[in-house]
Amino acid sequence: MIEVIEKRNTNKTTNEMRMEFAAVSDNEAFARMAVAAFITPLNPTLEEMSDVKTAISEAVTNAVIHGYENRNHMDDRVSMTCTLRGDVLEVEILDRGVGIEDVRLAMEPLYTSKPDQDRSGMGFAFMEAFMDNLEVESEVGCGTVVRMCKKIGISSWIDSEE
Amino acid sequence: MEDYKVIDNYLMIRLPNEIDHHKSVDISTKADRYIMTKKVGNVVFDFERTTFMDSSGIGIILGRYKKIACFGGKVYAINADSRIRRILLLSGMQNIVEIISN
Repeated sequence: MIEVIEKRNTNKTTNEMRMEFAAVSDNEAFARMAVAAFITPLNPTLEEMSDVKTAISEAVTNAVIHGYENRNHMDDRVSMTCTLRGDVLEVEILDRGVGIEDVRLAMEPLYTSKPDQDRSGMGFAFMEAFMDNLEVESEVGCGTVVRMCKKIGISSWIDSEE
Repeated sequence: MEDYKVIDNYLMIRLPNEIDHHKSVDISTKADRYIMTKKVGNVVFDFERTTFMDSSGIGIILGRYKKIACFGGKVYAINADSRIRRILLLSGMQNIVEIISN
């Protein structure tokens, strides 16, 4: 039993992937599908799969429309790193766009800097609700990095039962 | 079957399989064109085909609500599965949209 718990809490990286793509809206679907495929071996529940896809979609959309101000330049890049540590998924989404002046204000539910564009202001709130942890770091003129993590799948519970 | 259909005073919108920012711009533009030209008072969002939605979907609903609410119009959501419902409720949409269960 002790062995199983140690195995579950291990910090060892078990898989990793990194990708970089142009900051265009077509890539929002691509990014969330890539992460969905990456976590499939962990046997996520439908709900977990959907949670992760929504959170990724929010973060990438933010990079495209806020970080790079929706300008659709091929030189504007979003990089995404996914790391698995046992059954915990860690995602880092980084842009080198305009940055966020007041991160705390940006994270307020319903706050949006672009109310004219039909934005709901729920992006960060969804990331927070659908993932286990969310960290946002930003510097004006340099860019923004969003880090999220979530425990995936019920495999570890089944292991401990056995 | 058409994605946009006017029945009496209602604009029925059959939403796509996935609703994100990429798709939302087009949906909002088309919906607004119907609202303006056909002078419909109410909007019905049909989620039958929809398996994925992020906060852009909330943006679509809020935006259309703002356009019709001042004339007494109402917004409805039909055929929403548990995932879509969860996203609607998390955003407090139950005060704005009438979520109709089958």
